Amino acid sequence: MVNSLSVYQQAVMLMAALITLTSFLMLGQSRLLRLVGVFAVQGLLLSASTALVAYSMALPHLYISAALSLVIKGLLIPAMLFRLIMRMNLHREMDTVEHPARVIIGGASLVVFSYYVCLPIVKLSTLITLNTISVSLAVVLLGMLLMITRRHAVAQVVGFMSIENGLFFAAVVSTLGMPMVVELGIAFDVLVAAVIFGVFFFQIRSSIDSLDVDRLSQLSEVEE
Amino acid sequence: MPMTLFFALLSVLMALLSAVSSWAYSRRALVEYLLNRIFAFDSSRLVKVALFLEPDYYARAMRIVPFCLLGVSGALAVLTGLLQLLGADSAAMILPFGLPGLSWHVRLDALSGFFFLVLGMPLIAVSLFGPGYVREFEHKKSLAVLGFFTGLFVAGMEMVLLADDTFFFMIAWELMSVASYFLVAFQHEQPESRRASFLYLLMAEIGALCIILGFGVLVTFAEGFSFGHIRGVALTPLWASVAFALGLAGFGMKAGLMPLHAWLPEAHPAAPSHISALMSGVMLKIAVYGFIRYSFDLLPQVYWQWGVIVMALGAVSAVLGILYALQQQQLKRLLAYSSVENIGIIFLSIGLALVFFSTGQSQSGALALLAALLHSFNHAQFKTLLFLGAGAILHQTHETSLEKMGGLIRRMPKTAALFLAGTLSIASLPPLNGFVSEWLTFQAALQANQLQSGVLRSFVPTAAAMLALTGALSAACFVKVYGIAFLGLPRSPHIAHARELTDRGMLAGLALPAALCIVVGIFPVPLIDGLRRVIENLTGAVLANITAAGWLWLTPAGAETASYSPGLVLAAFLAAGALGYVLLYRIRAVESRRAEPWDCGYGGLNAGMQYTSGAFSMPIRRIFDPVYDLRETLNQETGDSAGWRVTAIRYQFQADDKFVRFLYTPIGRSVTQSAYRLGRIQTGSIRTYLAYSFATLLFLLWVVS
Amino acid sequence: MAWLMAIGQPLLFILIAPLLTGWIKFVKCRLQNRKAPSLLQPYRDLRKLWVKETILPETASWIFSAAPVIVFAAILLAAAIVPLVAVNLPTARIADVFVMVGFFALARTFLVLAGMDIGTAFGGMGASREMTISSMAEPAMLMVVFTLAMSAQTTNLSLAMQYVLDSGLVLRPSFVFALAALMLVAIAETGRIPIDNPATHLELTMIHEAMILEYSGRSLALMEWASQIKLMLYGVLIANMFFPWHIATDFSLEALAEGLLAIVLKLAALSVLLAFSETLLAKMRIFRVQEFLSFAYLLSVLGMLSHIILEVYYG
Repeated sequence: MVNSLSVYQQAVMLMAALITLTSFLMLGQSRLLRLVGVFAVQGLLLSASTALVAYSMALPHLYISAALSLVIKGLLIPAMLFRLIMRMNLHREMDTVEHPARVIIGGASLVVFSYYVCLPIVKLSTLITLNTISVSLAVVLLGMLLMITRRHAVAQVVGFMSIENGLFFAAVVSTLGMPMVVELGIAFDVLVAAVIFGVFFFQIRSSIDSLDVDRLSQLSEVEE
Repeated sequence: MPMTLFFALLSVLMALLSAVSSWAYSRRALVEYLLNRIFAFDSSRLVKVALFLEPDYYARAMRIVPFCLLGVSGALAVLTGLLQLLGADSAAMILPFGLPGLSWHVRLDALSGFFFLVLGMPLIAVSLFGPGYVREFEHKKSLAVLGFFTGLFVAGMEMVLLADDTFFFMIAWELMSVASYFLVAFQHEQPESRRASFLYLLMAEIGALCIILGFGVLVTFAEGFSFGHIRGVALTPLWASVAFALGLAGFGMKAGLMPLHAWLPEAHPAAPSHISALMSGVMLKIAVYGFIRYSFDLLPQVYWQWGVIVMALGAVSAVLGILYALQQQQLKRLLAYSSVENIGIIFLSIGLALVFFSTGQSQSGALALLAALLHSFNHAQFKTLLFLGAGAILHQTHETSLEKMGGLIRRMPKTAALFLAGTLSIASLPPLNGFVSEWLTFQAALQANQLQSGVLRSFVPTAAAMLALTGALSAACFVKVYGIAFLGLPRSPHIAHARELTDRGMLAGLALPAALCIVVGIFPVPLIDGLRRVIENLTGAVLANITAAGWLWLTPAGAETASYSPGLVLAAFLAAGALGYVLLYRIRAVESRRAEPWDCGYGGLNAGMQYTSGAFSMPIRRIFDPVYDLRETLNQETGDSAGWRVTAIRYQFQADDKFVRFLYTPIGRSVTQSAYRLGRIQTGSIRTYLAYSFATLLFLLWVVS
Repeated sequence: MAWLMAIGQPLLFILIAPLLTGWIKFVKCRLQNRKAPSLLQPYRDLRKLWVKETILPETASWIFSAAPVIVFAAILLAAAIVPLVAVNLPTARIADVFVMVGFFALARTFLVLAGMDIGTAFGGMGASREMTISSMAEPAMLMVVFTLAMSAQTTNLSLAMQYVLDSGLVLRPSFVFALAALMLVAIAETGRIPIDNPATHLELTMIHEAMILEYSGRSLALMEWASQIKLMLYGVLIANMFFPWHIATDFSLEALAEGLLAIVLKLAALSVLLAFSETLLAKMRIFRVQEFLSFAYLLSVLGMLSHIILEVYYG
């Protein structure tokens, strides 16, 4: 039971739970600015939990990844998205979720599903924080669900980034972080992706006059 | 023959006699002839016979006699049930009827005994209520038909409980179904009654077919037709699952489990109210009995997947049932949907029990099964009360629509008080009986902690959350019913001039289930003690803890885990209520006076200002919008040509079952279409038919060679 | 002694509840730069109502007159099973947490019936809204209860608090979610901003006030008192369920004094939180309430899931 863990491990559990919560909040959030805000909170939580793992397992190199994710995912990318939304005058736009109840129910069953999938791994391992691996899988799946259910390109980018958050969290809790080089590479990749997305937004906006990705089908040459 | 079995058979006999006596109603000449033959030797008695045959007197007697016999049958059923619950042994015998080599096996054990009790109580209530109620049919319709089929219907249900072989079971089952079909079709001059009864018959027969097929699977692997042979049968998981699925479909259809419920909200309102009470209160429980007998007694083993399916179906029926009930404007239709909900709750508990039993947690499984059985009993009581109450309103005012009612508490105070007991019970409020079974279901669900599989462990509380939602919605629903029908101002003139029931029997028929709701709510322990025995007898699981702390306490899983003492709760409630009463009206009481209520200054409160039934449930209609097949019309009449000054608004809505539109209608259509296609082979030309015979002959020859 | 406590605690609830309401009003006024009424104002209001003449509407039936008594008794009974200053409450055995939810439902039912009894438009409006809100809040509440009961292995409130107390400071994700969900449910069920505004008598926004609009004099006092006790009850539930520290575990005088002081401080802190949120937030439209409550429900479901996923191990 949870009582037998140290306070730091309990805190990691708590972080895992809160990260899931942020994923759910993103799923139900229809305002783009708030969506980005919640995404920033997720980044902060991710960085905090990395720091916690670093402290409880005494792994100093994880502090660096904690700092990286704080700067990139907690501040830089949200700030970029924020500026983008302001510049493109999207902050009043709503990306309404169709059937929010169904989406949320689907999300909850995804959590149960990822728990079910991860059960064999958890049973085999001795690492106590491994229970959280199902949570990180859930975050990945919820990110995908977010991308599927949304029309707006910004929301899709946020979904994509949160998938990456989930993977990162899995790496931190299950293998205690990846090699430094890989981590730096990924962090850089994400940043580059964000920049490219920014450019991409302007492109699709100028070509289809909207950021609604459903309209991209207009570009198809097949006559309907 | 053991005493209990004798009582049970006598009870069946009484029900049959009731049918015969009703039939005699329309055969006065025959009765006269018979009576004269019997009493021919005694001229003094002939006078009495002549008096008896006086048309008025005869009519009254014949209205009452069948119900008396039904009442006796009910009392005997209750007696049987009580004896069984108190620990009488099971008894079996073979009746000399039926096919050669396949005589009727009857057997009475604790489970069927308990369901005799479930059946008996509403039956007594109905037999008290009935004579007064059917008076309005007296000159319009044939009471003989009504009474005849009522008797057969009751006898059929009792025979289902007694049956111990598949053959007799199906005969009894069909007797029950067909007799109730005629009862649903009783008011056949109304087109909706005809439609409802046809749908009912169709679905009942499909259900019966499923049960026959299910029995077929079992009998094929067993050595014989009797349940005794089937009990020991060894089945592969695949065949067991096939048999289970057929049983679930068959019994679920009769019980009104979603999505097989379409007949229920049509058929129950169509029948006369006391029949609706019997159908909803008792017949659905017979289906529950069948399902429990089938899955816990006859099938050799249960699997957790079955439990999950049953639980999911139960949860869906419960939530959707009450959501549909909330939007009904006809009182009896609302009650019918609420029956779907309660059946859902019962099946949810049964599913929980299946999950627990299949994973070896027999203690928790027994607890869940106990909750299911107790809820069956409770539902039989309060649903009988509510249907009879609806019948009482119908009888006094000829009104079924909630939108026209209002303020009946002032016109019919006794009925209103009794109906309130039913309302509070069905809304599962403490300390009444509905709450006890809901509480036990929650406690059973909490035992999910013991399950090994985490997925199941997360599934069970989810189902419990559905149950919680159902409970809250059913409170909303029945508060609406009571508030709209009995409180406020009357919404139509005939409601404003309604009269209280004058027939004592009818009031007694309402009072009996109301009293049971209260008594069982406050002292559930004796009944639960009996149920413990039923479950031990059925599954072998001994629930040691539940009544261990004495007759006042319920401790389902040990006193440390949970305990509830409804008796003490009532005592404390009375004490607190007395405190409140003293504070309010006794200590230096200031005088009160009556005054006009606030009507926003429009000069006189009128009924049109009130919230209607549709308005009350409007927020829920909006919130749960995707569930309904909603049709709304809003007509505005404007006073000027520009359309700015609205003088009248008319809003109409119909919130239908989505299943009807998206499941039943397509099925119906495809059946019609395929029938049409098949019909093409009927060309009417003799040569074509010759060709068919020729082709068949060729085919058979080929097969034979 | 234990039974003395069992009788004493509900009395304490009766006595303190108006003070709590006064305190919330006080903090709110200060936060909004207004001059606050005395802390004792709710008592004065109750006393004033107590001596006033009761006016019964002409169309009222017995339900209307009986409702204040039933509502008050049901809330009082709920208060009797929630440990206030000391655990080891014998009455918690008579009725567990599910019964407490049942008492709330009973009180609500009669409140709503009383609202519909008169036949005014407001009564029906308040009744309809109250039942809608509660039908979504109650499941969330029960899910919270489920999460707690699965951790503590009991539905007895006193024992559950004892369990939390004994296990010391444990960061349970499930409890965090449950706490958040319970707070939202409490706001909805006690009719605070942003669901309902207890200070409003604006015709179309009322919920609770709409149902008791026709009450006057002593009956109104009893209804108001009951709703004050209910507010305090939710506060105590949140405080003692999640932060039970310093609650008395025996019946020595020091322990009881400590327990009393602790609960007073905890309630005071919670009230400040409530006053803050009431100052910052505006009342929602009635159809936004479902979003609020489905968020509460989501939180409670996540609490339950995180209990199952994160807090249970196979050794």
